[in-house]
Amino acid sequence: MNNVPKMRIKDLDFFYGDFHCLHKVCLEFHANQVTALIGPSGCGKSTLLRCLNRMNDLIPTSRVQGDVLLEDQSIYGPDVDVVTLRRNIGMVFQKPNPFPKSIFENVAYGLRVNGVKDKLYIQERVEKSLQEAALWDEVKDRIHESALGLSGGQQQRLCIARAMAVEPAVLLMDEPASALDPIATQKIEELIHKLKKTYTIIIVTHNMQQAARVSDVTAFFYLGELIEVDQTKKIFTRPSSQKTSDYITGRFG
Amino acid sequence: MQQTRVQDQAGGSVLSQENMAAHTDRSRALLGRRRLFQNITFWLFRLSAALNGIALLVVVYFLVARGWRAINWTFLTQPPMDSMTKGGILPCIVGTACLSVGAILVAFPIGVASAIYLHEYARPGRVLRVIRLGINNLAGVPSVVFGLFGLAFFVVWLDMGVSVLAGSLTLGALTLPVIIGASEEALRSVPDTYREASLGLGATKWQTIYRVVLPAALPGVLTGAILGISRAAGETAPIMFTAAVFYTPSLPSSPFDEIMALPYHIYVLATAGTEIEATRHLQYGTALVLIVLVLGLNLSAIIYRARLRKRM
Repeated sequence: MNNVPKMRIKDLDFFYGDFHCLHKVCLEFHANQVTALIGPSGCGKSTLLRCLNRMNDLIPTSRVQGDVLLEDQSIYGPDVDVVTLRRNIGMVFQKPNPFPKSIFENVAYGLRVNGVKDKLYIQERVEKSLQEAALWDEVKDRIHESALGLSGGQQQRLCIARAMAVEPAVLLMDEPASALDPIATQKIEELIHKLKKTYTIIIVTHNMQQAARVSDVTAFFYLGELIEVDQTKKIFTRPSSQKTSDYITGRFG
Repeated sequence: MQQTRVQDQAGGSVLSQENMAAHTDRSRALLGRRRLFQNITFWLFRLSAALNGIALLVVVYFLVARGWRAINWTFLTQPPMDSMTKGGILPCIVGTACLSVGAILVAFPIGVASAIYLHEYARPGRVLRVIRLGINNLAGVPSVVFGLFGLAFFVVWLDMGVSVLAGSLTLGALTLPVIIGASEEALRSVPDTYREASLGLGATKWQTIYRVVLPAALPGVLTGAILGISRAAGETAPIMFTAAVFYTPSLPSSPFDEIMALPYHIYVLATAGTEIEATRHLQYGTALVLIVLVLGLNLSAIIYRARLRKRM
């Protein structure tokens, strides 16, 4: 699948009712790279992530000004079909949320709702996604058992496999490892390394070490504003802004 | 066991064996009083809970003691004979079954669809409040008023006559709030994370409801349905004017037939029968059959829901 999307955020303002949550955010995401969004709690990084696949539309009091572009096409345009958009921009949530179905049906879900009926194709894609998520060997013998019987780390990898099954262009991850133990976290981080060859990944994390380990580009947010964005190595060794430096060194956060 | 931190004068926390033990006479007495009070209140709660079970047992015992003599194979499979002093209650059992099934056929689709609309689609506002007000008021309408409504609307105005159809529609209206309430609660218990995950994969709202939310809510919805049936089975007033009759010689063969029904039969035997005292045992027998039916349905609802929950 072709994958040279550039996602661009142009002068994005976001409101929850009267609360001005994001201020004139401008940011670019390049293909086959991992971009980490970091910042203290409440700085708006999760909100920003949810703007990228219009999940915030579900909140009745939300309001967006400015634009977000996927491959130079506005995702907030009047002709945009949100359902198709969300197929192209996948999301993995903080707490693993597999459906109360079998492992197979979980991964197949995205395909089925998008109209795929070919049984063989579904089987192939399910296996491929689970392999990509480094989960296949662990579950291949119980693939028709309930997904809720898996451990937390396995469930999260299942959710990643589920998101990948529909071959999105971009993968959004909202603190994907924060609910997991260190070993499961490590597996997820290895997975992200592997996945960036095929996908463009944007990850929100409150764990700075994770951001340093996993990302190519890091963007630091504070109180709804983008303070600094740069190559990860540079942000963590010689940040340009004092605020960034204070956050990185743990002076606040 | 709660731990108590005792702050000493200097502001530091002192957590030590000595401070946690009640070692003075006064503190021991205070503790004893608190424990006694706690025990008394807990026993009062246990008694209240037990009273529920006791009440049910008393009712069942009463019915069994006075009605078991009437229960035999004839009673359950034969129609009444000799101006209802002998024979059985088969037409009543069949009639009640028809009415219950009919009520559920009416109330279930409308009820579940309403619950889905109210919980998944409706936006908060005046319209939603009015609808909810309507449902709550519907739930509060006395059953005899339902009966009169059914008589005026279904039996007379729509010219269905006294029939299973009219009775089912009336009972359906009565059962509707039960179904809506149970279904809405079931939908509410499905975590939003499922909906988010589904939408995030590119599913439409309806696909999300149909493929994820409803299956997950199914135990609650079906339990509500079974409880709705059990409620419909036991109602007397709504069917008195709309479906049930004193006596009909044959079993129903079309929805426009009139029927006999268990609750109405009890009423009839106890107040308007030809020999009230002589048929006492039949009355209790009928009541026993009815309560076995209702309790059986409730019990199966509980067991079914427990099993479905375990499977998930």
